[in-house]
Amino acid sequence: MSRPEPDDVELELFIRALQLRHGYDFSQYTRASFKRRVQSFVTAHGFATIGDLTTRVLRDDAFLAPLVAGLSVPVSEMFRNPIVFKALRDEVFPLLASYPHLNIWQAGCAFGEEVYSLAILLQEAGLYERTQIYATDFNDVALARAQEGIFPSRDARAYSENYVAAGGAGSLSDYYHARYEHIKLDERLKRNITFANHNLVADGVFCEPHLILCRNVLIYFTDTLQNHVLGLFRDSLCRGGFLCLGNKETLDFAPAGKDFVAINLRARIFRLAARAG
Amino acid sequence: MNPASPAAVVMGCSAGGLAALRVVLGGLQAQLPAAVVVVCHTGSEDIDTLVGLLARYCALPVEEAGERRRLVGGTVHVAPSGYHLYVEQDRRFSLSVDPKVCFVRPSIDVLFESAAQVFESNLAAVVMTGANDDGALGLRAVRAHGGLAIVQDPAEAMAAVMPATALRVAGADHVCSLAGIAPLINQWCA
Repeated sequence: MSRPEPDDVELELFIRALQLRHGYDFSQYTRASFKRRVQSFVTAHGFATIGDLTTRVLRDDAFLAPLVAGLSVPVSEMFRNPIVFKALRDEVFPLLASYPHLNIWQAGCAFGEEVYSLAILLQEAGLYERTQIYATDFNDVALARAQEGIFPSRDARAYSENYVAAGGAGSLSDYYHARYEHIKLDERLKRNITFANHNLVADGVFCEPHLILCRNVLIYFTDTLQNHVLGLFRDSLCRGGFLCLGNKETLDFAPAGKDFVAINLRARIFRLAARAG
Repeated sequence: MNPASPAAVVMGCSAGGLAALRVVLGGLQAQLPAAVVVVCHTGSEDIDTLVGLLARYCALPVEEAGERRRLVGGTVHVAPSGYHLYVEQDRRFSLSVDPKVCFVRPSIDVLFESAAQVFESNLAAVVMTGANDDGALGLRAVRAHGGLAIVQDPAEAMAAVMPATALRVAGADHVCSLAGIAPLINQWCA
């Protein structure tokens, strides 16, 4: 094995600095994608090296928020992978309908695309009035954007097609107003959504949900952190609660994954096993 | 080659890539010791069809590169669409939905750069037909880490931009026809 490259040493020191100075622990993020993201941030902000970025974030607290925002790079779309939303609607909602009150936790809500998608489907299923959705992220910049519910209108067409493929009962345009090249989702969709900062790496059990959506978050975590987060989900969920992951995500490499059983593997929808509840 | 550190072959292509892969994967020997990893921009979410198509022409098993699965010698792993594909230090795959690179996801650059850092000189990289710049920076990283660079001759590529850009940016150890690529890989692995 050759000696480590300067970039890799600098990356270790950067991670350590963020942890010591600011309490953000990225040490259990999958290294290849995290390194690429840090390097993109370094280039985009005109730093010469990761080391220079470390110096800046050690001394300039105001630089932390844009850095965290830059490192979390949320990417999603409304009704992303429509078959998943269709499966939630057809296979999970009927089982949730027996509860007088529902909590749903979307962990890692990015700009809110999927939260609003969920609110629309719940409304159409007649469940929204009794539902509280908690949409969390560790990125405050993304949370603020999510709360606005404003998206570029160039995406509206794809979102509408996804909505139809997800089994939407009407037209997506029933739920937004278009103006200034943007679409703004109906304010009323927010009435049962609480946006909150929650960091899956550091924070504890949350809100006793009946359903957790956490899509394309675990792919960024090492096996160890995946296991920690799945344990957190297990301990948070109600008895018999549901977990929905991203389309390529797997429970295979975390012992805590054994506490869940797949009810629709293609849509990555799992249920807390009876012995674990 | 040191058996304790198995090698890998990474390949990237775009427009015209399916036809090119038939020729190259079809020419790989059945006992190839290296793991093969393919990024082919198809624009389709349907990875199963792509895997099925490629398997018809290839003596090696072909499968989707699964999240956190190991790279397996003698297996062709195909990147799923919609995700970037990385090779981690423990020689397993990881995925991300980070923003597109060169307007595409999966990006050849992302795969090549991560694989170069893990396999170093035990990596061969192939850039073939395609109509964008993806793969050029990745190939440069492969060469910088001591890996072998093979580029399809742009003159015979269905779309010349990708191999021509790779040659300009990274250069290559071999520039050859499609038919010449598999024999080079078979020989490199021997």
